[in-house]
Amino acid sequence: MNDHDHDHGECRQLLKDLSDYIDGDLDETLCVEIERHMNDCDNCRVVVDTLRKTVLLYHDLPAEPMPVEVEARLLKCLDLEAFVGAN
Amino acid sequence: MAGLTIDLNLYADEATLIDALLAGDKHACACMVRQHGGQMYAVALRIMGDPDEAEDVVQDAFISACGKVASFEGRSKLSTWLYRITTNAALMRLRKRRDDTVSLDEPQVGDDGDLLPRQLGDWEIDPGRQALSSELRQEMEAAVESLPPSLRAAFVLRDIQGLSTQEAAEALEISETALKVRLHRARLALRERLAGYLAGQPQEMAP
Repeated sequence: MNDHDHDHGECRQLLKDLSDYIDGDLDETLCVEIERHMNDCDNCRVVVDTLRKTVLLYHDLPAEPMPVEVEARLLKCLDLEAFVGAN
Repeated sequence: MAGLTIDLNLYADEATLIDALLAGDKHACACMVRQHGGQMYAVALRIMGDPDEAEDVVQDAFISACGKVASFEGRSKLSTWLYRITTNAALMRLRKRRDDTVSLDEPQVGDDGDLLPRQLGDWEIDPGRQALSSELRQEMEAAVESLPPSLRAAFVLRDIQGLSTQEAAEALEISETALKVRLHRARLALRERLAGYLAGQPQEMAP
């Protein structure tokens, strides 16, 4: 990362654990290490914050529903039309 | 949905539905399509980025699934098995597409050096508290499409469809560790790409 006045190696070292950190899958010792590092490193704080926002934004992305005609063609190609609406 | 009504409660639970599928019950097959078709279409659409190709993928996937129900061993959920078949069908089509037209512009993710964050501006957007504007949605969809297929599939299953790490790894037939590596690389690449749009930009509420 850029413009650091401390060891860049620590940023590189912590980078690989950031997804586990934001997913809550990281052990406590490493969490503490990341949090301590973020207090001293504004760039890493921004990366963690924007990585978390990236994941949250995609959670909110609405799914495109399967159009009715696509489902109808799917059932037709499976030869299942007769089995839908039979009850 | 005129004409497309089937009693989704015909089978009390998944085990009963699977028994009926294994017995060759066509109603069970139709029920499986009605219950899971939408999710499989959503995955196919996110991986292919094109509605016509997503439809082809879903047809390939369900033809395959209905034809080899006997190979379903019941060790995973039915949906995980279907995700695996659908993802395979999508990746196979993408491979074929790549063979037809060698893409020079697909971003390649190389060693970890390529993943070092370069965009370091704050984002003012507050996910969850405001609706996504259509422009941002388009940016997000284009960003997913720009991922290499193996990273895209991992991200779509885990972060968009919401599968657990274990389910997504099973669907892709890779280890959980490998899934996590792909997911992390995908997230970093998406963050980098979205930063070009979101960094330093106040976000307006969607209309």
